[in-house]
Amino acid sequence: MTKEEIIRPENKVYSRPELLTDNYTHYCPGCSHGVVHKIIAELIAEMGLTDITIGIAPVGCAVFAYNYIDVDWIEAPHGRAPALATAASRLNPDRMVFTYQGDGDLAAIGTAETIHAANRGENITIVFINNAIYGMTGGQMAPTTLLGMKTATTPYGRRADLNGYPLPISNILATLDGTCYVTRQAVHTAAAVRKAKSAIKKAFENTLAKRGTSVVEIVSTCNSGWKMTPAQSNEWMVEHMFEKYPLGDLKTQKDPSL
Amino acid sequence: MEEVRLMKGNEAIAHAAIRYGCDGYFGYPITPQSEVLETLAELKPWETTGMVVLQAESELAAINMVLGGAATGKAVMTSSSSPGVSLKQEGISYLAASELPALIVNVMRGGPGLGTIQPSQGDYFQATKGGGHGDYHLIVLSPATVQEMTDFVGLGFDLAFKYRTPAMILADGVVGQMMEKVVLPEQRPRRTDEEVRRQCPWAACGRGGRDHRNVVTSLELDSAKMEVNNHRFQETYRRIEENEVRYQEYFTDDAEYLIVAFGSVARICLKAIEDARAAGIKIGLLRPITLWPFPSRRIAELAPRMRGILTVELNAGQMVEDVRLAAPGVDVFHFGRMGGMVPNPVEVLDALKQHFTELQ
Amino acid sequence: MAKVFGAVTIDSQRCKGCDLCVVACPTDVLLLEPRDVNDRGYHYAFTAHPEACIGCAACATVCPDACIEVYRVVKRDE
Repeated sequence: MTKEEIIRPENKVYSRPELLTDNYTHYCPGCSHGVVHKIIAELIAEMGLTDITIGIAPVGCAVFAYNYIDVDWIEAPHGRAPALATAASRLNPDRMVFTYQGDGDLAAIGTAETIHAANRGENITIVFINNAIYGMTGGQMAPTTLLGMKTATTPYGRRADLNGYPLPISNILATLDGTCYVTRQAVHTAAAVRKAKSAIKKAFENTLAKRGTSVVEIVSTCNSGWKMTPAQSNEWMVEHMFEKYPLGDLKTQKDPSL
Repeated sequence: MEEVRLMKGNEAIAHAAIRYGCDGYFGYPITPQSEVLETLAELKPWETTGMVVLQAESELAAINMVLGGAATGKAVMTSSSSPGVSLKQEGISYLAASELPALIVNVMRGGPGLGTIQPSQGDYFQATKGGGHGDYHLIVLSPATVQEMTDFVGLGFDLAFKYRTPAMILADGVVGQMMEKVVLPEQRPRRTDEEVRRQCPWAACGRGGRDHRNVVTSLELDSAKMEVNNHRFQETYRRIEENEVRYQEYFTDDAEYLIVAFGSVARICLKAIEDARAAGIKIGLLRPITLWPFPSRRIAELAPRMRGILTVELNAGQMVEDVRLAAPGVDVFHFGRMGGMVPNPVEVLDALKQHFTELQ
Repeated sequence: MAKVFGAVTIDSQRCKGCDLCVVACPTDVLLLEPRDVNDRGYHYAFTAHPEACIGCAACATVCPDACIEVYRVVKRDE
């Protein structure tokens, strides 16, 4: 068959999600954020949630998430997205409210807001991008930075005695009675992207069904911060990040006795 | 219907919020204003009007809940006292910069630091000059009675929505804790979602059929655009200054001396003035009701007729700076008590006589 | 036996040349343009071996900039 015969509307099997705006993203080439934005945009449209979705954008690289996914957004102060989401959700109980947060936003400056929103079992989805580094401010140490990992503020590698240990925040969140679903995913291969999409879909369904707080951690790359190519970053992530942050479900439902 | 009750200022805030049709209250306990959250919890408005009441994990979370709720067009509020309001400054600056209506109640206690739980007016600067980072103002209402605690909830929300900017009730611990007779307003229904969408077309409450997304943000990295945003904020503040100055005057017609005082202190000063007038000393009182916008123009009109002006405040001298700016060429002195101490009328008169020796 | 024919279109202006689609492609269809760059200076991806495409959409699925569209035709032997 010729290219012209194949490239016809009826043969299209994958297209740019309609809910993504035409804006070019400000993300570095190969950044995981773009993939996660894409699957969120796909899901909101596929699940028919465009009119009832409220996204809460973080401070960090994803601060401009609101420029890319064509739903209503509120831009939160650093770390406070779960507090904003709490009110947006409680005051508008028929909406689907989700936060989109990086590791610094969620697990450092916003630890209290994250844990307490999850512990209250707010009916929200938290999408957590864990790339173990502060991308926006130039590659400084994150709470999830691995031991030995070099960043702008741990130029000789993270040391436990100086900087403490990498924080497995999702494991902590999974222990809270308010969470109904905590899972750790990645987007480094097509298969992983499809699994991550299923996970976020399940989280959105939980939010709609008011089952409590859902947390989808996406173990991600920051090739600029890690100072590697995007492809090398994926390999490095598989080799090093997955050891500390293994993929899979940490919790799939609320404690039935509650 | 209206209802006459005896209650604390803090309790009045809670009743007034429900009756106004407030959509949500988010707070964190701190003395001397914990009765606001306690009263709301007691009244359970979520079972009647549907108002959300939530004890947050911190003042920081509470103000950011207000930010999130306000961004969806809801009428939301928080209350706290001085150290807690310091924590809230982050969210307050974001509210102002995101052009969101909200109501913040500060029942001031003595500072700095952890200070004391007794009354103070030490947050005048913080409330009227911005408080958080960047160029912004709050509409600051100063209640002197429990009735005003009640009335200013509605006024604060109305002004906040009219100008799309946060408003603050800046009460001192005296007004928060004292009990007085109060007329509670009629219960108003909370706005429906349709009414919210009509009143707040900017609200990020889900597109709901809108052909475009709404984004509530305070971020603008393009300097030229951010300057335009700032000019728009300042234009709003000029309109507020033009239209919303509120104050009350007593005995200013024939006064030779003027006392300027706000909140509970104004009531103490009024007693001092009555005593002075009985002794033939003609003193008048100006009580600013809006601390921002400040009644500078009225003070400038009155000042040339005065032999001198005294401000009485529960602080080391904060509002006195605004009075001096409004009254150039006139002697303006300050008398203040701090640390939770409240002056009596005799002290006020003594202070006046100390500064204006012709009265001795 | 059924034969699968695939094709992709790439928005070369939106592409940032991150190379992830090239790595993801199981049949080595894609490469980055070695010399030419788009308006934003990126060596964008192109179909170097279009005839090998099976329309699996792995490239588009991992593309962070959503600039790849995928077409597929399955032809059954008659």
